Amino acid sequence: MAFYYLCILKFEILPSVNQEIRDKYEVVIGLEVHAQLQTESKIFAADAASFGASPNTHISPITLGHPGTLPKLNKKAVEFAMRMGIACNSQITENQYFDRKNYFYPDLPKGYQITQDKTPICMGGGVHVKLSTGEKTVRFHHIHLEEDAGKSLHTDGSSDSLLDYNRAGTPLIEMVTEPEIKSAEEAATFMTEVRKLVRYLGICDGNMEEGSLRCDVNISVMPVGSKVFGTKVEIKNMNSMRFIQKAIEYEIVRQIDAVENNEKIIQETRSFDPATGRTSGMREKESMNDYRYFPEPDLVPLVISEEWLSSVKEQMPALPWELFEKFTKEYGLPAYDANVLTDSREVAEYFEATCQFTKNYKAVSNWIMGTVKSYLNDHNLEIGQLSVTPEQLAQLIQLVDDGKVSNSTASQQIFPEMIADNAKTPLQIAEAKNLIQQSNTDTLQTLVDEVLANNSAKVKEYKNGKKGLLSMFMGEIMKKSKGSADPKVTTALLQKTLENL
Amino acid sequence: MNIDQELLQKIAHLARLEMPESAEKEMKESLESVLNWMSELDEIDTSNVKPLTHMSLEINALREDKVIPNISREQGLKNAPKQDGEYFRVPKVME
Repeated sequence: MAFYYLCILKFEILPSVNQEIRDKYEVVIGLEVHAQLQTESKIFAADAASFGASPNTHISPITLGHPGTLPKLNKKAVEFAMRMGIACNSQITENQYFDRKNYFYPDLPKGYQITQDKTPICMGGGVHVKLSTGEKTVRFHHIHLEEDAGKSLHTDGSSDSLLDYNRAGTPLIEMVTEPEIKSAEEAATFMTEVRKLVRYLGICDGNMEEGSLRCDVNISVMPVGSKVFGTKVEIKNMNSMRFIQKAIEYEIVRQIDAVENNEKIIQETRSFDPATGRTSGMREKESMNDYRYFPEPDLVPLVISEEWLSSVKEQMPALPWELFEKFTKEYGLPAYDANVLTDSREVAEYFEATCQFTKNYKAVSNWIMGTVKSYLNDHNLEIGQLSVTPEQLAQLIQLVDDGKVSNSTASQQIFPEMIADNAKTPLQIAEAKNLIQQSNTDTLQTLVDEVLANNSAKVKEYKNGKKGLLSMFMGEIMKKSKGSADPKVTTALLQKTLENL
Repeated sequence: MNIDQELLQKIAHLARLEMPESAEKEMKESLESVLNWMSELDEIDTSNVKPLTHMSLEINALREDKVIPNISREQGLKNAPKQDGEYFRVPKVME
């Protein structure tokens, strides 16, 4: 109760503007999305790039910025960045070099970050998003390669900051959008698409909690129709879809409110506090940043030849929208199904693998969206962890299609058993548990005749119009068959028999 | 080019150098003479010359993506002015 009360209190304190005032303003948002590339080693050194190791165990003299060390570029990081550019229809820059971005901060041991300032690896392109208001492409200004910094820990009560350099030198791509995102919804939808895409491409795990995908939000407001952008504010290091939306919502209201009250918006970096739902200004260094970029002399230029580009193009995995096309056209699935199934590459692959063993594609779709998904959700598993193979799922679907078991028996009784015992085929399970439906009309006819003979009084009532008794007869037959009678076949037989009496 | 005190102190700050007032005059003159000498290059018309970013003609010095374990944590921390066996310790950078 107390908690609930607090929430209301906080909610009430958050500023708000009415819709009429809000409609007078246009929101301009640009995102800078950082994606950590899933390479084995770092971008300029051979130390491991994986997350979660104990502090300062993935280090080398290069990572630590010792004098006399030389960086050497990871080929895979370059190819991963190219994949993103190809998927987004960007122009891949032929002649590139790296730049030094100079600043002092303890998480950056060299005193500069190696990045691409003048010649980003990808120019232009964009990501298609479906919004409640329609569809659009959020365009990229560019995508560039750079190295991540280390991690600083600031503990209360200590006069020191602790530095872990495992992350220093991990490869990143920074995707910079044009300032043309118009709302919190659009920003979140775009981020969701980017996450889906990097996962499909196998270049980033998209784990926002661990920070492998994060973004900075640049946001300003201006009167509708204005050609001059308002003063922009940058919200740094957002690593949750929900927080991105909340921070943008808050910032829109704060800025409109300020403009309405003739207050000046200060160009600054702000941080979002999830506990209060507010953003607040971060203390800036005394002078504006002056990064003094210059070409990195320790790395030779990078030239992407036509051959290299085509070889990367050839290795591209299928993209979500290509699979959507295929699923609706080749497999004849409804758009809804195709959307759900292509939400993740793993699910799409499982669907296609299952379709190798059965032609009943719609049933495969129903099974994956229904029984399989709910099992995975209940047990907090990914489809890759499912013990039932695509072939086994197809066998189960076949069992239903052959009328040997009902759909509900298959999903409620056989499927759980298949998970419990992966060695048995669905048919073996159905036989062992006596679940095979009687669809043999001779056997069923005998049962129908027996039941009707034993209930001659009820049969008379039925004949006199008490049609509701049909379900009573069915129940009796089911009982006699110990639940194994195929309901469809039995109902038909029963009705026919009664008619002919 | 003229270097005023403000610019001189800014440059010193960016390089994290302390510039006592007593050194300002000499440093200002020295910097100006370097800049003036370099400005002789402005006499050459470079409007049709591509920027030369690298002296060597070598391109694409790349590594395969393979992990090669390097130094241990102990070795990495060895020369740090302050460390605790796990982390490098630096004066607190945020409140």
